[in-house]
Amino acid sequence: MDIITTEHLTKSYGKKRGIIDLNLAVKEGEFYGFIGPNGAGKSTTIRTLLGLMRPTSGSVSIMNIDVYVNKRKVLANIGYIPSEAMFYSGVTVSEILNLSARLRRQDCREESRRLCERLQLDPGQKADELSLGNRKKVSIVCALQHCPKLYIFDEPTSGLDPLIQKEFFEILRERRTSGATIFLSSHILSEVQRYCSRAAVIREGRLIACGDIAELARTNARRITLTLAEDCASLLRLLRGPVGQTDGHQNSEPEKYNLKGIRDLKGEGNTVSFLYQGDMKELIQFLTQISLTNITITEPDLNEIFMHFYE
Amino acid sequence: MTLLNFEMKRNRIALAVWTAAIALLLTICLLIFPDMKDQVNELNTAFSSMGGFTEAFGMDRLNFGELMGFYGLECGNILGIGGAFFAAYLGITSLADEEKNHTAEYLFTHPVSRRRIVFEKLVRILLQIIILNAVCILTALIVTAAIGEEFQMKEFLLLHLAYFLLQAEIGAVCFCISAFLRRSGIGIGLGIAAILYFLNIIANITEDAKWLKYITPFGYAEAADIITDVRIDPVLAAIGCTVTLAGIAVAFFHYCRKDIY
Repeated sequence: MDIITTEHLTKSYGKKRGIIDLNLAVKEGEFYGFIGPNGAGKSTTIRTLLGLMRPTSGSVSIMNIDVYVNKRKVLANIGYIPSEAMFYSGVTVSEILNLSARLRRQDCREESRRLCERLQLDPGQKADELSLGNRKKVSIVCALQHCPKLYIFDEPTSGLDPLIQKEFFEILRERRTSGATIFLSSHILSEVQRYCSRAAVIREGRLIACGDIAELARTNARRITLTLAEDCASLLRLLRGPVGQTDGHQNSEPEKYNLKGIRDLKGEGNTVSFLYQGDMKELIQFLTQISLTNITITEPDLNEIFMHFYE
Repeated sequence: MTLLNFEMKRNRIALAVWTAAIALLLTICLLIFPDMKDQVNELNTAFSSMGGFTEAFGMDRLNFGELMGFYGLECGNILGIGGAFFAAYLGITSLADEEKNHTAEYLFTHPVSRRRIVFEKLVRILLQIIILNAVCILTALIVTAAIGEEFQMKEFLLLHLAYFLLQAEIGAVCFCISAFLRRSGIGIGLGIAAILYFLNIIANITEDAKWLKYITPFGYAEAADIITDVRIDPVLAAIGCTVTLAGIAVAFFHYCRKDIY
C-alpha cells in the first residue's frame, strides 16, 4: 500500500517556481530518500505533504487520506523533523516536549524519557540556550515520542555529532522493524545510500529520477586517479582541451583521441583525478602516451554518481 | 485549551511587567490626588487657559478637584495609552511571530486545526487584556479607599468598559494585520496605537476633524464625554465593535488559508 501519494503536484509562488508536476509514491514500511540540490523544491514538497502549504494544482494523500480534507487525522500519524528546528523562548525542553504530547492528546512521558536518555538530551535545559545539535535532538524527540506510522524528516542529522547520528539511525531501524515508514530528505548521499531502499531525485522543482537505490547507483563510471612523474598542469590542459572536456559533462570535440565521458576533473600537484564513463580501451590507449607513476581505478560512491544531479 | 495554557504561562512575565507598570502609575497618580485637590482652583485656572490643549485632553469639561475628573484625565491617559500599546503588542506578535521565529513548523504540524490555534491565540489576547484591566480597576479601588476617596461607580465602570473595548479593538486590528505578516510587526502595531491616539487629539482640537472620532477608538473612550454624559457614545462604540469583529473574522479567514513557511 502506498502511504504517500502525490499526483501531478504543483506549487508555485506567484511567478516563482516551487515544484512542478510531482508524482511520488512511497510504500508502507519503506525507508525512502528524497534528494536534490538547494532550492530544488524538497522543503516545498515536504511542507505541501504536511498541509502547511496548499498545492497550486494536483493532489496529496497520506494513508489514502487527502491531506486537505482531513489534515488533523493525517498529522496525528506523522512525526516531522524540520530542517531548521526552532522553539519558543523562555521555556524548557521538557515544556516543549509536553506541549507536543498534549497537542497530540497523548501521554508520551515514558517514550520521551527513553528517547532523551538515548539522545543524551537534558529536558531541563532552556530552549534559548540550546545549540543547533540539541535543538535537533528536541525536534527528534517531538517527532518520535508519539510513535507515529509515518516519519517525515527534512535534513534530520544536520548539527548532530556522529555518535548521536548513529543512535538516531538505530532508533529509526527499530521503528522501521515495527512497521513505520520513513521519508528522509537529505544532502548526505552516503546516508541515503546506507539507509534508504528507494529514493527520488528532485531538481528545479521536477522529479528527475526515482527508484531503488541500487538501480540509481548503478553506473559504469569509474573514478580514475593518475599519479604523474611531473606536474599535472599540462595533462589537465590536455584533458580540458580537445581530448577531454570542459563543461564537466561530456567530451564535446575530441580530436586525436575519442575520449568521451570525462567529468569531475580535478588536479593538484602531480595527481589528476576524474570520473570516466567512456570506452576503457580508449582511455588505456590515451594513458600509454603519458608518463605515469601510478594509476588507481575505483567505483565511485553515491556522492560522485549523484553529483551530476546537482550540476 | 493546551496552547492557551502554554502561551499564558510563557507570556506571564510580559503581562506582569505591563500590568505592574500601568498599575504603579495609576497608584502614584491617585496618591497625589489629595494634594492636587487642595490646589484645585489654581489648577483649574491653569488648565483652562492652555488654549487648544485644554480641549485636546478634555480639560475644559473635567473638574480636576473631583476624583472622577482627575481620574478620567490623568489615569485615563495612562490606561488609555498604556493599554492600547499593550493590546497592539499582543495582537501584532500573536500570529506573525510563529513564522518570524520559525516555530510555525513545530506548531502547525501537530494534529490541531488552524482555526483552533487562531482561536486559542485570540482568547489569550483577550484574557491578558482582561487581566490587565481587572488589576488596574482593583488597584484604583484599593488606592482610592486608602486615600479616603470614593469613585462615582457608574462613570468609573463605564470608563473602564470603554478602555476595554478600545484595547480589544486595537488588539483585533493588530491581530488581523499579524495574520498577513511573516516578519515582526511590532513597529506597525505600536505605530497604529500611537496614530489612533493622536487622531483623537486632533479631533478634539478642531471642529473640522470631528469625523476622526469615527475612525479612532479613543473617540468613544474619551473620559470627558463619558464622565459628563454618563454613557459611552453608542454609535462610536458600535463602529468600534464592528471593526473588532471584522478584524477577527478577516484574521481567521486569511490565516486558515495562508501558506506557512
